[in-house]
Amino acid sequence: MANIEIEPGAAHESVLVTTESFGEMTSSLEEIKCSSSSVSSHLEECNNDNNIIEQFEDTVSFVGDNNTDGEEAQELQKEWLGKEKHVFVLSFAGKPIYSRYGNEDKLAWLFGVMQTLVSFVQSNDDCIQSIHAGDTHFVFLIRKPLILVAVSKTQESYHQLTAQLNYVFNQITSTLTLTRLNKIYEQRQNYDLRRLLSGVERLIDHLLDFFEREPSFSLGAVQCLPLSPSVRDTISSSIVGSCSKIKNLVFAILLANNKLITLVRMKKYCLHPADLHLIFNLVQASESLKNSESWTPLCLPKFDSSGFLYGHVSYLAEDCQACLLLLTVERDVFFTLSDAKQHVVEKLRRANCLEAINESLNSSEVKCASAGFPEIRHYLYKCKSTAQFHQPSLSPLYAESKVHLINIYKRVHYRLHGPARPLKLVFERNSEEALLAWDTKGFELYVVFEPLIDTSFAINSVGRLLNWIKKREDKLFHLNAPTF
Amino acid sequence: MKHIVGKVVLLGYQGVGKTSTVTRYVENTFNHHVTPTVGASFFSCKIKVDENYVTLQIWDTAGQERFKAMAPMFYRNANAALLVFDITSPTSFEGMKMWVQEVKRNVEEAMVLCVVGNKTDLNDQRKVSREEAIEYSRSIGAIYLESSALTDQGTGLIFEKIAQELLKLSGEGSSSTLKVFDNDFMAKSSELEATDIGTEENVNLSIGSIAHGNSVQSRCC
Repeated sequence: MANIEIEPGAAHESVLVTTESFGEMTSSLEEIKCSSSSVSSHLEECNNDNNIIEQFEDTVSFVGDNNTDGEEAQELQKEWLGKEKHVFVLSFAGKPIYSRYGNEDKLAWLFGVMQTLVSFVQSNDDCIQSIHAGDTHFVFLIRKPLILVAVSKTQESYHQLTAQLNYVFNQITSTLTLTRLNKIYEQRQNYDLRRLLSGVERLIDHLLDFFEREPSFSLGAVQCLPLSPSVRDTISSSIVGSCSKIKNLVFAILLANNKLITLVRMKKYCLHPADLHLIFNLVQASESLKNSESWTPLCLPKFDSSGFLYGHVSYLAEDCQACLLLLTVERDVFFTLSDAKQHVVEKLRRANCLEAINESLNSSEVKCASAGFPEIRHYLYKCKSTAQFHQPSLSPLYAESKVHLINIYKRVHYRLHGPARPLKLVFERNSEEALLAWDTKGFELYVVFEPLIDTSFAINSVGRLLNWIKKREDKLFHLNAPTF
Repeated sequence: MKHIVGKVVLLGYQGVGKTSTVTRYVENTFNHHVTPTVGASFFSCKIKVDENYVTLQIWDTAGQERFKAMAPMFYRNANAALLVFDITSPTSFEGMKMWVQEVKRNVEEAMVLCVVGNKTDLNDQRKVSREEAIEYSRSIGAIYLESSALTDQGTGLIFEKIAQELLKLSGEGSSSTLKVFDNDFMAKSSELEATDIGTEENVNLSIGSIAHGNSVQSRCC
């Protein structure tokens, strides 16, 4: 296609752990995973499709608030049923823990049904994975001691839904640790976990919405804030300079507007993108962090699901809304880290880095058209070796329908990575757009073209695009992997 | 003139307005859609009482159950505890009592206790009577104040009262964790903040020695 020697964005060492298959999440701790140990049982119920839905609608009449009059309750019911994707979390004993929509208490009967389905299949030493009824998919994920269920009318695949459920599970472990979660249920099987998770529903809600708006989750990568390499290096070295003497500081993460600015890590330890996504989610969902310096325990399930790290979380300055997280294993070094943060901010201010960050935050990313690619509407480029991706800013066409664009990417991502028949190259055209997806050893590229584009022209412009990214790689990607 | 530095911890059931109370006082802002505190937030403010200065290092803790295990880190070595409840919520009043018990059980040092009934702007929905709260506060030896972070009623008084009580406490010499500097110049703010949350015991300035007129060397000089 084009003569590119190394894929853009590649580096010798990566700040992030890179993963090929992102859908399956593994953890360092012992976990009972159904998928590998047991026979999969996909229950195909297509024939009874309508029947099931009708029953579902019958029983769902309890959803509405009992106090409201019939009409209002019916409205609520309709709204609830009309939701595209439901997510439920329950304990092995069938106790409701989380429902994305509606009140869990009023849905207790539904949780009972889910628990019955799981234990019924389990009694045959098997494990329920999914039920497909027409275009509704019921996906079950069993991660002891919890059961997670997605009921989706979106086009997402089984694997994509499982990945989301895994994220929800990780969000829960991130606030409690897996060790504590297991202990709670060892002591009391019918414990009502909602007591401990008050406030976490909000994080889960945000995470699920995030999933629908951001390509980073399905790509298993993070996006960096574009900065000139010298600025990024100055920022990293300021952090190293102020923090290198602090014992047991594991990670220093600077992020803004959902993009990574830099990540400094302790030698030998790497951060998994999935953990970083949880951190992004926490920062985005917690306005209260903006008020002051905070000190919080945080478990990164991929890093170590058995214990907490402690985080000093603060925004750099009133005039620079980038959030700095200093994560340590020590639980009482708040003031040491608070001082270190002050030093970092002073250094960054003197070196004009705060301005540079603001400038990058305020200027939107280059649009395809202005970069010389009028035929390209949008693209995603992921460098596999560094687990980072880049995307241009949305063209007006998709600015209103970001979810639509994300769904296009999800669908074509699945065509590349579908377990049944993975593909290397996909080109498809419909009345609205033409799509090219390309999976190579070093990178993944997804491009949305104008629908009438000529095939050879599309291939030609992909070559030019890769060269264009290559030329800007040191600005668009975090290529160094600084350590303390 | 002296300058004392006291550690203040805010405790209470979730959603009673701990963060709103502090931000109302420290930043004079009120956010209707404040998200729950994550872990604990740190604020610092300096109050002038007569000729003296009191620096309050305020730990605003999260009220959510899952952060409960962290609380000892903040109330240990605290010189004052602000126990907040919502006057429209008996649950939060009971929750506040649990905190009092826990603090009393685990802290031996003398400390200032201040019970705060928040959300007086919702007085028409009040469920915890003023008398009940006063009686309870008296039984545990605490000050009782009511406030509304929303309308900024009484929030200033809370922190001023705490500052006064801390000064009294420093005069009595019954607290060994309260830091006292004999003049303001010696207490540089950077010096004051470079301390530990709980385990560090490096300030050995005995209140008694000040009372007896001995000169006390601040670490920064």
